[in-house]
Amino acid sequence: MTIIHRFTPLQRTLHWIMAVLILAMLFIGVGMASTVAHIYLRLVHIHETLGLAILILALIRLAVRLRYGAPALPLDLPEPIKLAAYLSHYALYALMIAMPLIGWAMLSAAQYPVVLWGVWLPRIVPQSASLHTALWNAHFYLGFLFFALILMHLAAALFHALIRRDGVFDSMASLSTHAEAAPAE
Amino acid sequence: MPEAPRAAPRALGSLVLIAAIVAFAAAAFAYTAGWFSPGRLTPQKLVDGFDLRSPPPLGHRRNHAKGICFTGVFESTGAGFELSRAQVFQQGRYPAIGRFNLATPDPDADDAKVRVRGLGLMISTPDGQQWRMAMIDAPFFPVATVQGFHDLQLASASTAPDAMANFVKAHPEFAAFGAWAKTAPWTGSYAEERFNSLDSFIFTNGAGQDHGVRWSLDPAAEPVAVAPGELAKRGPNFLETEIADRIKKGPARWTMLVTVANPGDQTSDPSKAWPDDRRKIEVGSLIVDRIEPEADGPCRDINFDPTVLPNGMRVSDDPFPPARSSAYRVSYDRRTAEEKDYPRTATGSAQ
Repeated sequence: MTIIHRFTPLQRTLHWIMAVLILAMLFIGVGMASTVAHIYLRLVHIHETLGLAILILALIRLAVRLRYGAPALPLDLPEPIKLAAYLSHYALYALMIAMPLIGWAMLSAAQYPVVLWGVWLPRIVPQSASLHTALWNAHFYLGFLFFALILMHLAAALFHALIRRDGVFDSMASLSTHAEAAPAE
Repeated sequence: MPEAPRAAPRALGSLVLIAAIVAFAAAAFAYTAGWFSPGRLTPQKLVDGFDLRSPPPLGHRRNHAKGICFTGVFESTGAGFELSRAQVFQQGRYPAIGRFNLATPDPDADDAKVRVRGLGLMISTPDGQQWRMAMIDAPFFPVATVQGFHDLQLASASTAPDAMANFVKAHPEFAAFGAWAKTAPWTGSYAEERFNSLDSFIFTNGAGQDHGVRWSLDPAAEPVAVAPGELAKRGPNFLETEIADRIKKGPARWTMLVTVANPGDQTSDPSKAWPDDRRKIEVGSLIVDRIEPEADGPCRDINFDPTVLPNGMRVSDDPFPPARSSAYRVSYDRRTAEEKDYPRTATGSAQ
């Protein structure tokens, strides 16, 4: 049986494209919410466009992940760290899918239109003050949680790359077009 | 293991590097969010600016807090279609929801005491698009910049005796507004007011041609000047009572006139009106045929954000519509979160 050491090229491509998009999304989110400058409207528009793009990519990525799986974590990784790795990845997938939907629903609950490429998207929930408030709070606090998780994810990736040097970083960062590789030794 | 003595410092160096990278990312995020920029003008500051003189009106809009809902139709002549391809300018009748209001953060203000009156309007078209606007009866805006507006908020709330004088010195454009406020006649009815977009927008027609525009709602009812002292005798809610009584007898009408900028006319400063000779196109009429209290009315849950525009209209370089959009959203976020202070029954919204 072949041991999988790397994510498939498709998974790696999706990961790095989405890394850029999601980071841009989070920075634009906190930036647009704190400015009255003329660029505000453009930032909102980019935020909404990226949101839909991330939602679509996240669903594709989830399907690809379910189909191809992921390389096993190193056997000598302590159990609590393994658990943290599993849980944080569940959380990242959940946020990638939930955040755009929460944002869209939040705008719907306030009767704000979402217009992408001249197309007025349908409302996905009815107008409601209390629903709007709940969704607004969720979008706000989960946004910061999302960024905190990404920082943890980044720290853990660098820990694997620089300190443990156990191949976990390479499983996503490698430029190789092969999903599987012979063991290093 | 001969490498061990060197591995420990290397690991320590890596840990420091990792911590530095994470700290840098977190700091960049905080910077973007404005946490290191106390001088940045945020929508929160603009909205807080209305609460400086009195506690915030919980559950209400933070400015233009007093208002009454109306419904009616926008009857399009079709003449606007040469300017914008928006469906609202194709000849026809389109449902309209709006709100007559007073420019005050006090929802219980005395109608005779508020100088500026406003009209929020949302016109919906069968293609699912909307045109929202928030207009006032002044012919131009008091200040030229968003920072100037915030400075006006601060000066108005300041207890320093020379605060207003210093403000006027720094914002000479305010003098024209001051003169208007002192000399323009007051009327006894929302139906006799002319409401103006003030801000400039860009209309794009089917051929892709852009035009800088402003627009006004010109009342069909003849304005009758009434002295403020006389209005004060009519009671604190005379404007709401009057418009409700008037419309029970028959609809009130306004003609919508779109003013087209000449090449070279500035679109970035709403404190300066364009010369009177600019081309005006009569694009339609607003016909208001029903008045409802705001509490359960169809306008209550609508944010009359002037940047909600159908395809064929967009903002210009005027700095106010984006600033208004961001501030209106903060106001909406706050008032909807204060539902318990303004109980909402099943929404009265038609949309």
